[in-house]
Amino acid sequence: MQIARETLLRSYRAMRTIRDFEERLHVEFATGEIPGFVHLYCGEEASGVGVCANLTDNDTISSTHRGHGHCIAKGVEVSGMMAEIYGKSTGVCRGKGGSMHIADLSRGMLGANGIVGGGPPLMCGAALSHKLLKDGGVAVAFYGDGASNEGSTLESLNLATVWKLPVVFVVEDNGYGEATGSSFAVAGTQKARAEGFGMPYMECDGSDFFAVYQTAGEAIAHARAGNGPVMLHVHLARWYGHFEGDAMTYRASGEVAEAKRDHDCLELFRKKVTEAGLLEHSELDAIDEAVRDEIESSVIAAKAAPLPVPADLLADVYVRY
Amino acid sequence: MSKKSYRQAINEALRLEMRRDPRVIIMGEDVAGGQGGSSGVVDAWGGVLGVTKGLYTEFGPERVLDTPITEASYIGAAAGAAATGLRPVAELMFVDFVGCCLDQIMNQAAKFRYMFGGKARTPLVIRAMFGAGFNAAAQHSQALYPLFTHIPGLKVVVPSSPYEAKGLLIEAIRDDDPVIFLEHKVMYDDEEDVPDESYTIPFGEANLTREGDDVTIVAFGRMVKLANEAADKLERQGISCTVIDPRTTSPLDRDTILDCVADTGRLVIVDESSPRCNMAADVSALVAEEAFDALKAPIRRVIPPHTPVPFASVLEALYLPDAAKIEAAVKAVMNHKVTEAA
Repeated sequence: MQIARETLLRSYRAMRTIRDFEERLHVEFATGEIPGFVHLYCGEEASGVGVCANLTDNDTISSTHRGHGHCIAKGVEVSGMMAEIYGKSTGVCRGKGGSMHIADLSRGMLGANGIVGGGPPLMCGAALSHKLLKDGGVAVAFYGDGASNEGSTLESLNLATVWKLPVVFVVEDNGYGEATGSSFAVAGTQKARAEGFGMPYMECDGSDFFAVYQTAGEAIAHARAGNGPVMLHVHLARWYGHFEGDAMTYRASGEVAEAKRDHDCLELFRKKVTEAGLLEHSELDAIDEAVRDEIESSVIAAKAAPLPVPADLLADVYVRY
Repeated sequence: MSKKSYRQAINEALRLEMRRDPRVIIMGEDVAGGQGGSSGVVDAWGGVLGVTKGLYTEFGPERVLDTPITEASYIGAAAGAAATGLRPVAELMFVDFVGCCLDQIMNQAAKFRYMFGGKARTPLVIRAMFGAGFNAAAQHSQALYPLFTHIPGLKVVVPSSPYEAKGLLIEAIRDDDPVIFLEHKVMYDDEEDVPDESYTIPFGEANLTREGDDVTIVAFGRMVKLANEAADKLERQGISCTVIDPRTTSPLDRDTILDCVADTGRLVIVDESSPRCNMAADVSALVAEEAFDALKAPIRRVIPPHTPVPFASVLEALYLPDAAKIEAAVKAVMNHKVTEAA
C-alpha cells in the first residue's frame, strides 16, 4: 500500500495529538478544575485518524460521547477544543457545549453527541445533502458497539440502504457499552447485521493505522462512488473508563495493561514506518515534541481564557425569534 | 384569489417554495406513496390525507422522498440534512408518532445552534397533523403543541385557517430555525379565499380575528373557529369579545395578549391540548403575573379533561372544547362578582 509521506506525518501527528490531549485531560480532570464529564479516546486513536485521513472538509462526520479523537482527526482546532472543555468563551462552542458537544461545521464535524445512537440518523441526512447537492461528499457515522443496538442506528442502516446514501457506518467496538460488555449486550454479529440490510461489511484491527486507513479508504470510495452505504467494524480497546472517574472494576485485571503493551497504535505505527524506512525516528520525535508544546499551551490558554458572560446565556437559541 | 381548502393551501405553499428554492425537499411516509410493491401508480396517495398530492409528479423522486416507516431515522435525517445545506420539510403524519423520534427533534435539531455556540443553522420544518374530532382515538388525536413549545430552539405553528396555513408554512420553510408545523386534521376540508401567489405571515404576531370590549378569548388552532362561533352568538346577546389567534405558540405574542386583557379585563383561553402544562396554563401564568391588576374576574380555561382522547363519538364530544363551552365560560367571567374581603 502506498501512502503519501505527508499523509503519514499528518496522521501520526493527529494520533499523537489525540493521545496527549486525552492523557492531559485525564490528569487535569482529577484536579477538579474541569466541569462536567469527559470520556477519553486513548487507545482508539488509529480508528478516528485512519478513517478521517480519507476525508476532506467537504465530508461530514458525527461522533459519540467519546468525541475528542474524532474532532481532532477531522481537523477541529485543539486550543478551541481545550477551551470548550474548560467551559470558556473562547471554546469552539463558546463554552455552551462542553466535551460531549464539540462541533465545527466548517470542518464537516456535526458534533460529538450526548445521545447514544444520535448520530447515525443525522449522517443519513448529511449524506442526503451530499447526494442532492452533488458536492461529492460522503458522511461517516462513528458509533460504538453500545449504539449499534439502538433502534435509531438500525433504522439508519435501513434508510441509508433504501435511499442508497453515501454513508459509512463505523462501529467502533471497544467491547464495552459503558460498563456492560458487548458479549452480553450485542446479539448476533455486526457482520450479520450489515448483511441483513444488504450492505457491504468490512472489518479491521483498530490499533493498526494502516489497516484502518486502507479498509476505510475502500469503504469510503464505495460510498463516494454512489454505490450506497457500507459498514466498517473496527475492533478496539478502551484504555480508560467509560467516563473519567470510572474505576473499571468490571474489567479483568491486566486487560488494559495488555492492550497498552501489545496494541498501542502509536508504537505500532512508529515501528512499522521506521522499519520500512518511510519515516525517521527523529521526525516522529519532533512531532511528539511539537504536540507536547501545543497541548501545554492549549491548557495554559484555556485556564487563562475568559468565562462566558451572562448575556451568553440567552444568545443563539434561535437564528431569529 | 380563489376558494381553497386547508389541504390545498398547504399543498400550494409546498409547491411554491419547492419551485422557488431547489434546496427545499419533502420526505415522509407515503408523501408520494406507491413506490415498490406490485408496480402500481406512484404518487398514489400524496400523504395519508392527500396533502402532498401531485408534488412527486412535479418534482420527482429526488425531492419528494418516500420513507420507510422509521420516524427516528428519517426525522433525524431531515435534521442532519438541514444542518448541511438542504431545507427539508419532513412529514410526521400524525404528531402522536413523535414518541418514535423525539430524540432527533428535542436533543438534536433543537439544540444544535445553542450547543454549538451559534454556529449551526437548522432550517427544518416538521409537518404533522394533530387534534381530536375524527374518532381516531388516543394514539392519533393528541394536540401536542405544548410539548414542542416547552423545548427551547423549536418554533411551533398552529394555523387556524387555510389562509393562515399557506402564509405560515411559507414563512416556516424560509425560516432558518427548526419549526414544528401542526395541521388540525379536522380542518383539511375547510375552505376560504386564499391568494394564489406567495405570501408570508410572520411568527410571533397574533391575529385579532375580532375586537370587542368585554372579554378577551385566546384560542389556538382549530379552537379559533369555535371561539368565533361562540363570539358571534354572544354578540347577539350583547357581549362583545376580542378573539386572539396567536398563530404560533413559540414565539408567543405576549404583548398582544396583555394589551387586549388590559382593555377587556377578562380572559378566557381555549386550548385543545391536555390541561396540565398546556398553553392555557402558560397564558394564564403570563396574565396573572403581568396583568393582575387589569383582571375583573378570574381567568377561565376551556380545556379537555386530563384523560387520553376517547374513541366513541359521545365521549370525544364531551372531551373537546366547543362553542357552547366557550360561551358558558365567557358568561361566567362576565357574571363574576367581586366580593370584598370582610
